[in-house]
Amino acid sequence: MAATLKPYLNAVRNTVTAAMCVQNFDSQVVERHNKPEVETKSSKELLLQPVIISRNEKEKVLIEGSINSLRISIAIKQADEIEKILCHKFMRFMMMRAENFFILRRKPVDGYNISFLITNFHSEQMYKHKLVDFLITYMEEIDKEINEMKLAVNSRARISAEEFLKHF
Amino acid sequence: MAEKHNFGIQPVTCHTFNKDRSGLALSLNSSEVKIYKKNGSKWQPTSSLQEHGQRVTSIDWAANSNKIVTCGADRNAYVWTMNSDGTWKPNLVILRINRAATFVKWSPNEKKFAVGSGARLISVSYYEEDNNWWVSKHIKKPIRSTVTCLDWHPNSVLIAAGSTDFKARVFSGYIKEYDPKPEACSWGSKMPWGALMAEHSNGSGGWVHSVSFSPSGDRLVWVGHDSSVNVVDAAKGATLTSVKGNFLPFKSVTWVTENSLVAAGYDCNPTVFTYDDAGKLTLINKLDQSQEKAAGTMSAMNRFKNFDTRATSGDSTSELKTQHQNTITEIGIYSGTKADCTKFSTSGVDGNIIIWDIKSLEKSIAGLKIA
Repeated sequence: MAATLKPYLNAVRNTVTAAMCVQNFDSQVVERHNKPEVETKSSKELLLQPVIISRNEKEKVLIEGSINSLRISIAIKQADEIEKILCHKFMRFMMMRAENFFILRRKPVDGYNISFLITNFHSEQMYKHKLVDFLITYMEEIDKEINEMKLAVNSRARISAEEFLKHF
Repeated sequence: MAEKHNFGIQPVTCHTFNKDRSGLALSLNSSEVKIYKKNGSKWQPTSSLQEHGQRVTSIDWAANSNKIVTCGADRNAYVWTMNSDGTWKPNLVILRINRAATFVKWSPNEKKFAVGSGARLISVSYYEEDNNWWVSKHIKKPIRSTVTCLDWHPNSVLIAAGSTDFKARVFSGYIKEYDPKPEACSWGSKMPWGALMAEHSNGSGGWVHSVSFSPSGDRLVWVGHDSSVNVVDAAKGATLTSVKGNFLPFKSVTWVTENSLVAAGYDCNPTVFTYDDAGKLTLINKLDQSQEKAAGTMSAMNRFKNFDTRATSGDSTSELKTQHQNTITEIGIYSGTKADCTKFSTSGVDGNIIIWDIKSLEKSIAGLKIA
């Protein structure tokens, strides 16, 4: 683990733990509705100050809290074209299957690659500390995953190029 | 020291006991209120009250009149009276609110109850004998957001209310044609209906999750989402004392003596605070002292099991060290009163109700002194 990754993840973990203090809250604007306030933004007093934690220019996390939900948006490191493509495809793949991931949002917030929306219903069904663990593991793994894919793509490109050039 | 009662995997949103603690009413995050009867050391379900159309948000069981009042996100409240055959008869209360009801509490004399709501008002209901229904009056000003919690002053006139507009307020709930004239108390001498007796904010802006009057009614405590515990003593010029710490916010608070209070919430751990006569509020201790589990070496079988189910070979049974595994939703007094509480109960999102024995905790935890 790189030297700066650990404090970065620790900061994210503590902020998410604090923001995860959500409760069931019925809308005070629309009768008989119960909506994640962080999405509807209907009452100013029910939102918390958004927090951005960034490791460098490219890698950052935006944590927006509210009384009954929180939204975590992650910008993933993309050093070159191939990482950009891989990241885009990979995130698209997951977001198309968002309902299987429960807390994944179908669209990322502007400027970020992937967003999670955790509501009080998730924190009731699942242990809060496990949800935080999941997010941190996800952040740890995603970089690794993309690096591995990049290597796989490169080596595959090399092999296919070699095979192709054998014919000449 | 602490008895644990499990009610399934659904969160216990709210719970309340009857007078002799042989009956328990709770809601498991649904539109149903379940009634349990104590049988030995177990709770046995006896009946279920199904009138609400949406989630039940709060229940209160009046000790002497044995009536249950419930309110829900469907904007309704019901008063349940027990028939002679043990079934419960609902009586709809016209609250005249158009948003979810959030909190309900009987007044100490059990003649009125107050309902907080998302409609930014408090509805105080009293029984009208002639028409056989509950009539409601509203307190509106100056509440700016959802009322999240309420508590009655021992004189059954004053109501403390906390709201998501970051303020704790004390209102008068004096109904002229219904209540006997109240005597002057530390919060003021004139109490016309709906008058704002006090308004406090600790200045840092956190949604108020719970309020509680001390047994004498002079002190008011509230807990906020800014992880603060705040006390105001009206008998001493209403100066505000607040404590913040590195704990997560508390969801619920109650006094256990005139000087000590217990708060619990997102940390899943009830915490004792003491407010001394000099006006100083201090954190005494957390009541849920973890018993360190013997960190034995992991068996090969467990290692492979973990690897199979969690894709890690490490010991990842990271349970929380507290007895509650998820947020504590509510604290209630189990035995004694606010003035001399010996046991209190906590309900959690993990589906447990735990009854804590203060006296035995006081003996076992070094440095814990309930003043």
